[in-house]
Amino acid sequence: MERPGFWPELRRGFLDILPLMAGVVPFGLLFGTLAVQKGLSPLEVILMCATTYAGGAQFVSIDVWATPVPVFAVVLATALANTRYFLMGAALRPHVRHLPFVTKAWFVTIHSDETWALAIKRCGSARLTPGYVIGLTVMFYLNWPISCAIGAWLGSAIENPARFGADFMFVAMFLCLIRGMWQGRTSLVAVLGSALCALVAHLWLPGHWYIFIGALGGMSAVALVYRNNERAEGSA
Amino acid sequence: MTLDPVHLLTLLGMAAVTLLFRVGGYVLVRYVTPVGRVKAAMEAMPAAVLTALVVPMTLATGVAETLAAMVTVLAVLRLPLIIAVCLGTATVVVLRIII
Repeated sequence: MERPGFWPELRRGFLDILPLMAGVVPFGLLFGTLAVQKGLSPLEVILMCATTYAGGAQFVSIDVWATPVPVFAVVLATALANTRYFLMGAALRPHVRHLPFVTKAWFVTIHSDETWALAIKRCGSARLTPGYVIGLTVMFYLNWPISCAIGAWLGSAIENPARFGADFMFVAMFLCLIRGMWQGRTSLVAVLGSALCALVAHLWLPGHWYIFIGALGGMSAVALVYRNNERAEGSA
Repeated sequence: MTLDPVHLLTLLGMAAVTLLFRVGGYVLVRYVTPVGRVKAAMEAMPAAVLTALVVPMTLATGVAETLAAMVTVLAVLRLPLIIAVCLGTATVVVLRIII
Protein backbone atom coordinates (compact mmCIF):
# COMPACT_ATOMS: atom_id res chain seq x y z
CA MET A 1 0.00 0.00 0.00
CA GLU A 2 1.34 3.38 -0.97
CA ARG A 3 1.60 5.76 1.95
CA PRO A 4 1.23 9.50 1.46
CA GLY A 5 4.48 11.34 2.23
CA PHE A 6 4.91 13.37 5.41
CA TRP A 7 5.63 16.73 3.78
CA PRO A 8 2.84 16.71 1.17
CA GLU A 9 0.40 15.76 3.95
CA LEU A 10 1.75 18.51 6.21
CA ARG A 11 1.37 21.03 3.42
CA ARG A 12 -2.16 19.84 2.75
CA GLY A 13 -3.18 20.16 6.41
CA PHE A 14 -1.64 23.62 6.63
CA LEU A 15 -3.41 24.84 3.48
CA ASP A 16 -6.73 23.50 4.79
CA ILE A 17 -6.44 25.47 8.04
CA LEU A 18 -4.89 28.63 6.56
CA PRO A 19 -8.16 30.51 5.85
CA LEU A 20 -9.37 29.76 9.38
CA MET A 21 -6.07 31.02 10.84
CA ALA A 22 -6.73 34.38 9.26
CA GLY A 23 -10.21 34.34 10.76
CA VAL A 24 -8.86 33.74 14.27
CA VAL A 25 -6.51 36.76 14.30
CA PRO A 26 -9.19 39.46 14.89
CA PHE A 27 -10.56 37.41 17.79
CA GLY A 28 -7.09 37.05 19.27
CA LEU A 29 -6.55 40.79 19.04
CA LEU A 30 -9.93 41.38 20.66
CA PHE A 31 -9.36 38.81 23.40
CA GLY A 32 -5.96 40.25 24.29
CA THR A 33 -7.45 43.73 24.45
CA LEU A 34 -10.35 42.69 26.71
CA ALA A 35 -8.19 40.53 28.99
CA VAL A 36 -5.70 43.35 29.61
CA GLN A 37 -8.57 45.71 30.40
CA LYS A 38 -9.80 43.20 33.02
CA GLY A 39 -6.41 43.24 34.76
CA LEU A 40 -4.44 40.36 33.24
CA SER A 41 -0.84 40.95 32.26
CA PRO A 42 0.27 40.10 28.70
CA LEU A 43 2.23 37.16 30.10
CA GLU A 44 -0.92 35.81 31.78
CA VAL A 45 -2.85 36.25 28.53
CA ILE A 46 -0.26 34.20 26.65
CA LEU A 47 -0.27 31.53 29.38
CA MET A 48 -4.05 31.22 29.28
CA CYS A 49 -4.11 30.96 25.49
CA ALA A 50 -1.37 28.33 25.42
CA THR A 51 -2.83 26.13 28.19
CA THR A 52 -6.63 26.49 28.10
CA TYR A 53 -6.57 27.16 24.33
CA ALA A 54 -10.32 27.50 23.85
CA GLY A 55 -11.42 30.84 22.39
CA GLY A 56 -15.11 30.72 23.28
CA ALA A 57 -14.49 29.61 26.87
CA GLN A 58 -11.76 32.23 27.29
CA PHE A 59 -14.15 35.01 26.27
CA VAL A 60 -16.65 33.64 28.81
CA SER A 61 -14.00 33.45 31.53
CA ILE A 62 -12.91 37.05 30.88
CA ASP A 63 -16.54 38.09 31.10
CA VAL A 64 -16.76 36.54 34.61
CA TRP A 65 -13.28 37.76 35.58
CA ALA A 66 -13.14 40.52 38.22
CA THR A 67 -10.84 41.90 40.92
CA PRO A 68 -10.44 40.06 43.27
CA VAL A 69 -10.70 37.04 40.96
CA PRO A 70 -13.72 34.75 41.56
CA VAL A 71 -11.56 31.68 40.95
CA PHE A 72 -14.29 29.07 41.24
CA ALA A 73 -16.78 30.96 39.05
CA VAL A 74 -14.19 31.51 36.34
CA VAL A 75 -13.16 27.84 36.30
CA LEU A 76 -16.79 26.66 36.34
CA ALA A 77 -17.72 29.01 33.47
CA THR A 78 -14.76 27.66 31.50
CA ALA A 79 -15.87 24.08 32.15
CA LEU A 80 -19.45 24.76 31.01
CA ALA A 81 -18.32 26.52 27.87
CA ASN A 82 -16.09 23.53 27.11
CA THR A 83 -18.43 20.58 27.75
CA ARG A 84 -18.62 19.96 24.02
CA TYR A 85 -14.96 18.91 24.00
CA PHE A 86 -16.04 15.80 25.88
CA LEU A 87 -18.14 14.75 22.89
CA MET A 88 -15.59 15.96 20.39
CA GLY A 89 -12.76 14.02 22.04
CA ALA A 90 -14.93 10.91 21.95
CA ALA A 91 -15.74 11.38 18.26
CA LEU A 92 -12.05 11.79 17.46
CA ARG A 93 -11.00 8.40 18.84
CA PRO A 94 -11.80 6.08 15.91
CA HIS A 95 -10.05 8.44 13.48
CA VAL A 96 -6.76 8.92 15.37
CA ARG A 97 -6.23 5.50 16.97
CA HIS A 98 -3.75 4.38 14.30
CA LEU A 99 -1.56 7.48 14.66
CA PRO A 100 1.78 7.43 16.58
CA PHE A 101 1.28 8.14 20.29
CA VAL A 102 2.89 11.59 20.28
CA THR A 103 0.77 12.85 17.36
CA LYS A 104 -2.36 11.34 18.89
CA ALA A 105 -1.72 12.76 22.38
CA TRP A 106 -0.91 16.18 20.91
CA PHE A 107 -4.08 16.31 18.82
CA VAL A 108 -6.39 15.06 21.59
CA THR A 109 -4.88 17.60 24.01
CA ILE A 110 -5.16 20.68 21.81
CA HIS A 111 -7.97 20.06 19.32
CA SER A 112 -10.18 23.08 18.73
CA ASP A 113 -13.55 23.48 17.00
CA GLU A 114 -11.72 24.34 13.80
CA THR A 115 -8.99 21.68 13.70
CA TRP A 116 -11.42 19.03 14.94
CA ALA A 117 -14.02 19.88 12.28
CA LEU A 118 -11.44 19.88 9.47
CA ALA A 119 -9.93 16.58 10.67
CA ILE A 120 -13.36 14.93 10.80
CA LYS A 121 -14.11 16.30 7.34
CA ARG A 122 -10.78 14.93 6.06
CA CYS A 123 -11.69 11.48 7.44
CA GLY A 124 -14.52 11.36 4.92
CA SER A 125 -12.03 11.10 2.05
CA ALA A 126 -8.74 9.86 3.54
CA ARG A 127 -7.07 8.39 6.62
CA LEU A 128 -5.51 10.91 8.94
CA THR A 129 -1.71 10.92 8.77
CA PRO A 130 0.79 12.42 11.26
CA GLY A 131 1.81 14.96 8.60
CA TYR A 132 -1.76 16.13 8.02
CA VAL A 133 -2.50 16.44 11.75
CA ILE A 134 0.70 18.40 12.40
CA GLY A 135 0.14 20.68 9.39
CA LEU A 136 -3.41 21.28 10.58
CA THR A 137 -2.65 21.98 14.22
CA VAL A 138 0.81 23.37 14.98
CA MET A 139 0.66 26.76 13.25
CA PHE A 140 -3.01 27.13 14.14
CA TYR A 141 -2.16 26.46 17.79
CA LEU A 142 0.68 29.01 17.86
CA ASN A 143 -1.48 31.52 16.03
CA TRP A 144 -3.81 31.90 19.04
CA PRO A 145 -1.41 32.98 21.79
CA ILE A 146 0.51 35.14 19.30
CA SER A 147 -2.63 36.97 18.11
CA CYS A 148 -3.79 37.41 21.71
CA ALA A 149 -0.38 38.70 22.78
CA ILE A 150 -0.43 41.30 20.00
CA GLY A 151 -3.94 42.27 21.14
CA ALA A 152 -2.76 42.56 24.71
CA TRP A 153 0.09 44.85 23.70
CA LEU A 154 -2.01 46.95 21.38
CA GLY A 155 -4.42 47.50 24.23
CA SER A 156 -7.57 49.10 22.99
CA ALA A 157 -6.47 49.69 19.41
CA ILE A 158 -9.54 47.92 17.99
CA GLU A 159 -12.56 49.56 19.49
CA ASN A 160 -15.36 47.63 17.86
CA PRO A 161 -14.44 44.49 15.86
CA ALA A 162 -18.13 43.78 15.24
CA ARG A 163 -18.08 46.77 12.91
CA PHE A 164 -15.89 44.71 10.54
CA GLY A 165 -18.08 41.63 10.88
CA ALA A 166 -15.35 39.75 12.77
CA ASP A 167 -17.90 38.24 15.15
CA PHE A 168 -19.89 36.86 12.22
CA MET A 169 -16.88 35.35 10.46
CA PHE A 170 -16.87 32.29 12.74
CA VAL A 171 -20.58 31.73 12.17
CA ALA A 172 -20.07 31.86 8.42
CA MET A 173 -17.19 29.36 8.68
CA PHE A 174 -19.14 26.94 10.83
CA LEU A 175 -22.10 27.11 8.44
CA CYS A 176 -19.77 26.29 5.54
CA LEU A 177 -18.18 23.42 7.50
CA ILE A 178 -21.64 21.92 8.15
CA ARG A 179 -22.20 21.96 4.40
CA GLY A 180 -18.83 20.23 3.93
CA MET A 181 -19.82 17.31 6.18
CA TRP A 182 -23.36 17.01 4.83
CA GLN A 183 -24.63 13.42 4.55
CA GLY A 184 -28.20 13.82 3.35
CA ARG A 185 -31.24 13.25 5.53
CA THR A 186 -29.34 12.24 8.69
CA SER A 187 -27.52 15.58 8.63
CA LEU A 188 -30.80 17.44 8.14
CA VAL A 189 -32.28 15.70 11.19
CA ALA A 190 -29.15 16.49 13.23
CA VAL A 191 -29.12 20.15 12.21
CA LEU A 192 -32.85 20.69 12.82
CA GLY A 193 -32.81 18.88 16.17
CA SER A 194 -29.73 20.76 17.29
CA ALA A 195 -30.98 24.17 16.11
CA LEU A 196 -34.32 23.75 17.90
CA CYS A 197 -32.80 22.59 21.20
CA ALA A 198 -29.99 25.14 21.09
CA LEU A 199 -32.43 27.97 20.39
CA VAL A 200 -34.70 27.00 23.30
CA ALA A 201 -31.69 26.58 25.59
CA HIS A 202 -30.17 29.88 24.45
CA LEU A 203 -33.43 31.75 25.14
CA TRP A 204 -34.17 30.11 28.50
CA LEU A 205 -30.86 29.17 30.08
CA PRO A 206 -27.93 31.40 30.94
CA GLY A 207 -24.41 31.06 29.59
CA HIS A 208 -23.23 28.38 27.22
CA TRP A 209 -25.59 25.49 27.99
CA TYR A 210 -27.07 25.87 24.51
CA ILE A 211 -23.95 24.34 22.94
CA PHE A 212 -24.17 21.12 24.92
CA ILE A 213 -27.98 20.90 24.82
CA GLY A 214 -28.06 21.60 21.08
CA ALA A 215 -25.45 18.92 20.39
CA LEU A 216 -27.33 16.37 22.50
CA GLY A 217 -30.64 17.40 20.87
CA GLY A 218 -29.29 16.85 17.37
CA MET A 219 -27.75 13.51 18.32
CA SER A 220 -30.97 12.38 20.04
CA ALA A 221 -33.00 13.30 16.97
CA VAL A 222 -30.71 11.17 14.78
CA ALA A 223 -30.95 8.26 17.25
CA LEU A 224 -34.76 8.54 17.23
CA VAL A 225 -35.12 8.31 13.44
CA TYR A 226 -32.32 5.75 13.07
CA ARG A 227 -34.51 2.68 12.47
CA ASN A 228 -36.64 4.49 9.87
CA ASN A 229 -33.50 5.37 7.95
CA GLU A 230 -32.33 1.76 8.00
CA ARG A 231 -35.64 0.51 6.66
CA ALA A 232 -35.64 3.13 3.92
CA GLU A 233 -32.14 2.09 2.87
CA GLY A 234 -33.10 -1.60 2.96
CA SER A 235 -36.09 -1.13 0.66
CA ALA A 236 -34.24 1.16 -1.75
CA MET B 1 5.18 41.17 32.63
CA THR B 2 3.74 40.13 35.98
CA LEU B 3 2.32 36.83 37.16
CA ASP B 4 -0.14 37.11 40.04
CA PRO B 5 -0.41 33.90 42.17
CA VAL B 6 -4.25 33.99 42.23
CA HIS B 7 -4.34 34.61 38.49
CA LEU B 8 -1.97 31.70 37.98
CA LEU B 9 -4.17 29.43 40.10
CA THR B 10 -7.22 30.42 38.03
CA LEU B 11 -5.36 29.83 34.76
CA LEU B 12 -4.27 26.38 35.93
CA GLY B 13 -7.86 25.55 36.95
CA MET B 14 -9.15 26.61 33.53
CA ALA B 15 -6.49 24.58 31.75
CA ALA B 16 -7.19 21.52 33.92
CA VAL B 17 -10.97 21.39 33.32
CA THR B 18 -10.50 21.95 29.61
CA LEU B 19 -7.90 19.19 29.38
CA LEU B 20 -10.15 16.90 31.43
CA PHE B 21 -12.96 17.27 28.88
CA ARG B 22 -10.75 16.93 25.81
CA VAL B 23 -8.98 13.80 27.03
CA GLY B 24 -11.90 12.47 29.12
CA GLY B 25 -14.21 11.96 26.15
CA TYR B 26 -11.44 10.30 24.19
CA VAL B 27 -10.57 7.87 27.01
CA LEU B 28 -14.10 6.99 28.17
CA VAL B 29 -15.46 6.14 24.71
CA ARG B 30 -12.97 3.24 24.76
CA TYR B 31 -15.11 1.33 27.24
CA VAL B 32 -18.24 1.66 25.14
CA THR B 33 -18.20 0.55 21.49
CA PRO B 34 -20.95 2.49 19.77
CA VAL B 35 -23.10 0.49 17.33
CA GLY B 36 -26.32 1.13 15.38
CA ARG B 37 -28.37 3.95 16.83
CA VAL B 38 -25.63 5.21 19.15
CA LYS B 39 -23.07 5.10 16.34
CA ALA B 40 -25.41 7.07 14.07
CA ALA B 41 -25.86 9.66 16.83
CA MET B 42 -22.08 9.92 17.36
CA GLU B 43 -21.53 10.38 13.64
CA ALA B 44 -24.13 13.14 13.57
CA MET B 45 -22.40 15.01 16.39
CA PRO B 46 -20.06 17.21 14.33
CA ALA B 47 -22.96 18.82 12.46
CA ALA B 48 -25.01 19.03 15.68
CA VAL B 49 -22.26 20.84 17.63
CA LEU B 50 -21.51 23.29 14.82
CA THR B 51 -25.23 24.00 14.43
CA ALA B 52 -25.62 24.69 18.15
CA LEU B 53 -22.60 27.02 18.08
CA VAL B 54 -24.11 29.21 15.36
CA VAL B 55 -27.70 29.30 16.68
CA PRO B 56 -27.50 32.43 18.91
CA MET B 57 -25.96 34.51 16.12
CA THR B 58 -28.09 33.20 13.24
CA LEU B 59 -31.48 32.89 14.92
CA ALA B 60 -31.50 35.12 17.98
CA THR B 61 -29.40 38.22 17.30
CA GLY B 62 -31.00 40.26 14.55
CA VAL B 63 -32.35 40.43 11.01
CA ALA B 64 -28.92 41.30 9.57
CA GLU B 65 -27.29 38.19 11.08
CA THR B 66 -30.11 35.86 10.03
CA LEU B 67 -30.09 37.16 6.45
CA ALA B 68 -26.29 37.00 6.26
CA ALA B 69 -26.40 33.40 7.47
CA MET B 70 -28.85 32.58 4.68
CA VAL B 71 -26.58 34.27 2.14
CA THR B 72 -23.62 32.23 3.46
CA VAL B 73 -25.50 28.93 3.19
CA LEU B 74 -26.73 29.70 -0.34
CA ALA B 75 -23.23 30.83 -1.38
CA VAL B 76 -21.45 27.72 -0.11
CA LEU B 77 -23.80 25.47 -2.09
CA ARG B 78 -22.05 26.76 -5.24
CA LEU B 79 -18.85 28.57 -4.20
CA PRO B 80 -15.64 27.67 -2.34
CA LEU B 81 -15.63 28.01 1.48
CA ILE B 82 -13.46 31.12 1.74
CA ILE B 83 -15.52 33.04 -0.83
CA ALA B 84 -18.77 32.07 0.89
CA VAL B 85 -17.34 33.22 4.23
CA CYS B 86 -16.29 36.57 2.74
CA LEU B 87 -19.69 37.05 1.07
CA GLY B 88 -21.53 36.25 4.31
CA THR B 89 -19.32 38.56 6.38
CA ALA B 90 -19.60 41.37 3.83
CA THR B 91 -23.39 40.93 3.89
CA VAL B 92 -23.54 41.30 7.67
CA VAL B 93 -21.36 44.42 7.60
CA VAL B 94 -23.56 46.07 4.94
CA LEU B 95 -26.85 45.04 6.56
CA ARG B 96 -25.75 46.29 9.99
CA ILE B 97 -25.19 49.72 8.45
CA ILE B 98 -28.52 49.70 6.59
CA ILE B 99 -30.75 48.21 9.30
